[in-house]
Amino acid sequence: MDLQTLTYIVVGASFALYIGIAFWARAGTTGEFYAAGRGVHPVANGMATAADWMSAASFISMAGLIAFRGYDASVFLMGWTGGYVLLALLLAPYLRKFGKFTVPEFIGDRFYSSTARIVAVICLIVASITYVIGQMKGVGVAFSRFLEVDASTGLLIGTGIVFLYAVQGGMKGITYTQIAQYCVLIFAYTVPAIFISLELTGNILPQLGLFGDHVASGTPLLAKLDATVQELGFTQYTAQSGGTLNIVLYTLSLMIGTAGLPHVIMRFFTVPKVKDARWSAGWALVFIALLYTTAPGVGAMARLNLTDTIWPSGPQAEALAYDERPDWFKNWEVTGLLTFEDKNGDGRIQYYNDKSKSEEFNAAATAAGWAGNELKVDRDIMVLANPEIAKLPNWVIALVAAGGLAAALSTAAGLLMAISSSVSHDLLKGTLMPDLTEKQELLAARISMAVAISIAAWLGLNPPGFAAQVVALAFGLAASSIFPALMMGIFSTKINDKGAIAGMLAGLLATLLYIFTFKGWFFVPGTNMLDNTTANHFLGIAPEAFGAVGAAINFGVAYMVSGATSAVPENIRHLVEDIRVPKGAGAAVDH
Amino acid sequence: MGYAMSEKLGVDNAYWKANIRLITWCLVVWAFVSFGLGILFRPMLSGISVGGTDLGFWFAQQGSIYVFLALIFFYAIRMNALDKKFGAEED
Repeated sequence: MDLQTLTYIVVGASFALYIGIAFWARAGTTGEFYAAGRGVHPVANGMATAADWMSAASFISMAGLIAFRGYDASVFLMGWTGGYVLLALLLAPYLRKFGKFTVPEFIGDRFYSSTARIVAVICLIVASITYVIGQMKGVGVAFSRFLEVDASTGLLIGTGIVFLYAVQGGMKGITYTQIAQYCVLIFAYTVPAIFISLELTGNILPQLGLFGDHVASGTPLLAKLDATVQELGFTQYTAQSGGTLNIVLYTLSLMIGTAGLPHVIMRFFTVPKVKDARWSAGWALVFIALLYTTAPGVGAMARLNLTDTIWPSGPQAEALAYDERPDWFKNWEVTGLLTFEDKNGDGRIQYYNDKSKSEEFNAAATAAGWAGNELKVDRDIMVLANPEIAKLPNWVIALVAAGGLAAALSTAAGLLMAISSSVSHDLLKGTLMPDLTEKQELLAARISMAVAISIAAWLGLNPPGFAAQVVALAFGLAASSIFPALMMGIFSTKINDKGAIAGMLAGLLATLLYIFTFKGWFFVPGTNMLDNTTANHFLGIAPEAFGAVGAAINFGVAYMVSGATSAVPENIRHLVEDIRVPKGAGAAVDH
Repeated sequence: MGYAMSEKLGVDNAYWKANIRLITWCLVVWAFVSFGLGILFRPMLSGISVGGTDLGFWFAQQGSIYVFLALIFFYAIRMNALDKKFGAEED
């Protein structure tokens, strides 16, 4: 059977499964719509959280980032997993005990202020919408490459499926589709990784293969990779090239940001008990770690495979002739994500670092007749092209397409859930129309969901120019505003309404200001006040790494303002005492 | 629900203090494996080789994730035990 048909069958089957779940998991009450009736088993919730969390970026982009950045990409590995420790120890059990439906609702109640709640809603919506755009791009890429459907049509099919289960089932429908999507995506990610690890290192586990020996050369894989990339003028794979302070803060910002992302926190509202929230965070990380510990192996092996393909006899010999390029090369050229430009006109693909700082290397490159790097590789294709580069069977390639779509759709659904519940529960029921009945609120929730999906689809079809910059924004917002407010709300009885609002705004503004200084006001190109270079960064801190500084500002301002203003009322102190103790979780709903 | 248990389980009681102690130690380990072994102390540990590279690289791309996992389960087990000891369990 040809690849095209096979891909249609595999992707079609996965979509049929999601639609089936949509009809089975209808939500009848707001409790089911917002929190899946709080009846999700902790292991099942862990799986759903893993799918909710692992986005198109984790599935498609991360291994590519690791492949091209080597050690420096460790910030993503540690940052996006270390956040779960913070979530499990500092937030999830207490927010579950609080027993309400949304993150802004906790902030509004704990800081007895609808202003605080609205600030939280705005942060949540901006962070989630920017994040959704990235998922939409992932859906488009997967469709256009594998199904040879136009990216816009693919996007509409994808959002149509989400519409079916999210509008009908809310959190309940999303939870059970996410579980199915996790199974699809983890299978699709690990199977090619195992094949490649076996081929390159003889080790079935990529986690061990990465530190094993490269079969073809008999030397350790990472030593071989270090040597190979260095011969091409790149920095050694395992060497640190960024500044240490920046790496530390970048990691910390991603950790805090992860713990503060509302669509992830919300998942812990769906388990029956506080105890389950603690377990469930552990299970979530088990399922996430399956992919995250595989990714470094995938990245390193993909880099080596790519280099060996272009330089079949090593960089000292001739590069691959363009006419002899393999089929996967041709397939990806069509998408424009892989491009060849014959700068020296010899019909061969000289792929190397033409911006090397080594004079010696540059001289040698010129002497060899190289006239600049001739191959541009988009890092996003590394995972998607991997099975083809490693010459794996067609069904594996079809599976990767379904996996990429599962990763993008599951995260998009979680984000849309966070946005729509915030609109219907925090803005409408909580602030503007408190008289809504249960039935009316459920209808409002469904309408919000439908509108949110339509906006996401529209943004996917007309992506704003800043689409690539948004990850920094989403994590920056979550780290600098949401996480500190939640943590102080639980761990301090001294922070009052004014302190919390001032802290959130200060952290938020400082972070936005720093990002916009280097990336342009609202990401409009050319409006940045300083060039985005390490030399210009304050203490070498990149805009993406500033969230941790924003969080520190938030904490500091909140403490100072609270100290200078009125004390926290007695009933709020009781609320804090109450969420710290698991006992009475059932009753907390009617607080 | 009432706040009758506040005296025993309210702010700054033994249950909460034990929890804070546990959290602090877990976070010390959390920071030590990631920021410590994976980043800051990596140059000092470069002599310890692990399959073609050094210990710091292993912690940055594998080890810290395994420790994070162990920490979350350890915390859950210890907290569930604390809940029992202090009678703070859910009904």
